[in-house]
Amino acid sequence: MRRVYLDNNATTPVAPEVYEAMKPYFLDDFGNASSIHWYGQRAKAALELSREQVARLLNARPNEIVFTSGGTESDNAALFGIVEASRSEKKHVITITIEHHAVLHTAKALEKRGVRVTYVPVGASGVVDPGDIEKAISPDTVLISVMHANNELGTLQPLEEIGRIARERDIYFHTDAVQSVGKVPVDVEKLGVDLLSLSAHKLYGPKGVGALYVRRGTLLRSLLYGGHHERDRRPGTENVPGIVGLGKAAELGTEHWESETERVGAMRDRLEEGILQSVPMATVVGDRLRRLPSTTNISFDYIEGEGFVIAMDLRGIACSTGAACSSGSLEPSHVLSAIGRREKARSSIRFSLGRFNTSDDIDYTLQILPPVVEQLRSLSPRYNKSAITV
Amino acid sequence: MTIAVAMSGGVDSSMAAALLAENSPRASSNGSPAVVGITMQLWNQRRLPAMQGLEEGETPGRASCRCCSPDDVYDARRVANFLGLPYYVVNFEDRFERDVVRPFVESYLAGETPIPCSLCNTEIKFAQLIETALKIGADHVATGHYARIRRDNETGRYRLLVGRDPSRDQSYFLFGLTQEQLARALFPLGEYTKEQVRAMARQRRLPVAEKPDSQEICFVPTGNYRLFIDAYLSEQGMRPNPAGGEIVSTDGHVLGRHEGLENYTLGQRKGLGFATGEPLYVIKMDPARHRVVVGSDQELLKSRLRVRDVNWIRLVSEGESFAADVKIRNKHLAAPARVEAGKNAEAVVRFASPQRAITPGQAAVFYDGKEVVGGGWIAQVMD
Repeated sequence: MRRVYLDNNATTPVAPEVYEAMKPYFLDDFGNASSIHWYGQRAKAALELSREQVARLLNARPNEIVFTSGGTESDNAALFGIVEASRSEKKHVITITIEHHAVLHTAKALEKRGVRVTYVPVGASGVVDPGDIEKAISPDTVLISVMHANNELGTLQPLEEIGRIARERDIYFHTDAVQSVGKVPVDVEKLGVDLLSLSAHKLYGPKGVGALYVRRGTLLRSLLYGGHHERDRRPGTENVPGIVGLGKAAELGTEHWESETERVGAMRDRLEEGILQSVPMATVVGDRLRRLPSTTNISFDYIEGEGFVIAMDLRGIACSTGAACSSGSLEPSHVLSAIGRREKARSSIRFSLGRFNTSDDIDYTLQILPPVVEQLRSLSPRYNKSAITV
Repeated sequence: MTIAVAMSGGVDSSMAAALLAENSPRASSNGSPAVVGITMQLWNQRRLPAMQGLEEGETPGRASCRCCSPDDVYDARRVANFLGLPYYVVNFEDRFERDVVRPFVESYLAGETPIPCSLCNTEIKFAQLIETALKIGADHVATGHYARIRRDNETGRYRLLVGRDPSRDQSYFLFGLTQEQLARALFPLGEYTKEQVRAMARQRRLPVAEKPDSQEICFVPTGNYRLFIDAYLSEQGMRPNPAGGEIVSTDGHVLGRHEGLENYTLGQRKGLGFATGEPLYVIKMDPARHRVVVGSDQELLKSRLRVRDVNWIRLVSEGESFAADVKIRNKHLAAPARVEAGKNAEAVVRFASPQRAITPGQAAVFYDGKEVVGGGWIAQVMD
């Protein structure tokens, strides 16, 4: 059966170049980067090259890059790290309602420890108003954490404006850029962020590795204890093959993002237009301009997302109802609820494209999808009722 | 043909899936897989922590949770991987609560002793699951029930027969299946005994071959349904009012007080809270007056009952009267009776000899030999 992967926001395949770059670090250059000997030096050199590659992608300095186990750890390290290092008596954190759970659940955990957290709402567009962030600031605000691209909608948040506000008020500013790095330009200077989370497996690198950008001079307490690795910022023997993979993926991202963005964006637009033209009662969710070129979230009236995703999968097409991390849960997506689409949350489908999709993939999807929607609707009691009343 | 097989993570449904996987082509005519594993997520075991003696956020251990627990989903997925089947978890928690759990609790509060499994079969497994199967492009639904389906070639009707293994027969729980549902249902285990199924699972080294059978109602894993009802009622803020009432003898003497009808079942002897000379049994619930009526063992024996919401699997017309063996609870040995089909999907059953503790809320299922003629819910027991 032909298979088409349209769930690149969940994870991406490892690029062949990345895979090749990682290989030597399993068998030959297996050393511990902290060791004194030749083996250790080989590993250490690889780590530092990766650090430069990641730094270049973000327009940061290499010593501002801390390798982690992925986006979730980076988010935890940023939020806990800033709050715990702060000497203020009262601590306040600002974030937004459509963050990934890696930030939201961490914020909830901070609340349990007595930290005050404001969750700034976003409008139907899925984009926060920087003015609302500014209004939420109080004298005890120690951190603002606003994601770059939303994982479900693809919408991009106005980080430059928020960064300016944070700098004026002298408040640390963190962004979860897991979904945007490698897909749109991410320049820590331009965006004005002090901390930035990224994950390798969303940009054609391996799973289980990521990084946290920490601006020089930022006071951060480490989550973990146990060694002096990563300049005392993240103890534990480094995942050298993974980090090498992340470095290579970052290098590819630096080289290719512009042409890739254009090509992927054109395919996304064709998919989106094709669906809207061939399927009635389908609407794009969220701001269509300020979003990733790779993502579209489409709501199909009278469709239950769960059944749709299974039906498509059995025909070889992989897409999703939202964050993969929330699969199997009955709760409608917190993102769609937050933008006022709670009722329709279960009928929303996310298609996220990537570097390895082809034009044929789009043709195949446009051929398979409309009858699947029709089949699901024909079995929906609510749809049949509405058809009679119309 | 594309078959969606319901997989609970137990040995029966796993073996049903194995038989289908072995006897089906790899792909159906349109290239999609021919057999698809589905686990229905029906109830969140973390939902009523009070019921398990757990604090919020704690996870129950393996022994304390049976159905729909992460462990069962894990087992079902393991089996599906083992068999090479595509596998999905679908969430029916809303429907299950509305159509099974809530009626179960309300039935208890009304002094009945309900069996949620039959409701679950008709409302969830063979209504919701068939709908989902059709949505995802499957045309049949298979389960691990011990029962058999035959198509009568003359009339075109589907017949429901007991399973080959009488000790495991589950046709009692399937009386509510409609012709449309029977047409789409497959019971691959119907021709086997439990011992054979266990042996076949071992032979194939299925990951759950040694898993013990579940005994209890799936959403009340501890078997303590009183605790469950209590926890559910407080979660829903629907404490009955008044909760308690009187315990009276058949001649109307007040003998004591009770703490809610849901704490009693017909035929119950222990736990009445008072001692008398001769043994006393719960012989009747009187929900209108919140009373529990007790009496002698003799008074538990009744011959006539009215059955509501009857589903006829065989064609039976209104006013028709026929001889049948009638089963009034799962473990009951079907007893000879006369069944009279009435109006509005009702029927009256008259046993040849009185039966002990005929209990409202349970199902009465009518058999002609090995065949299920129909069945319904016991609404009223008459002298």
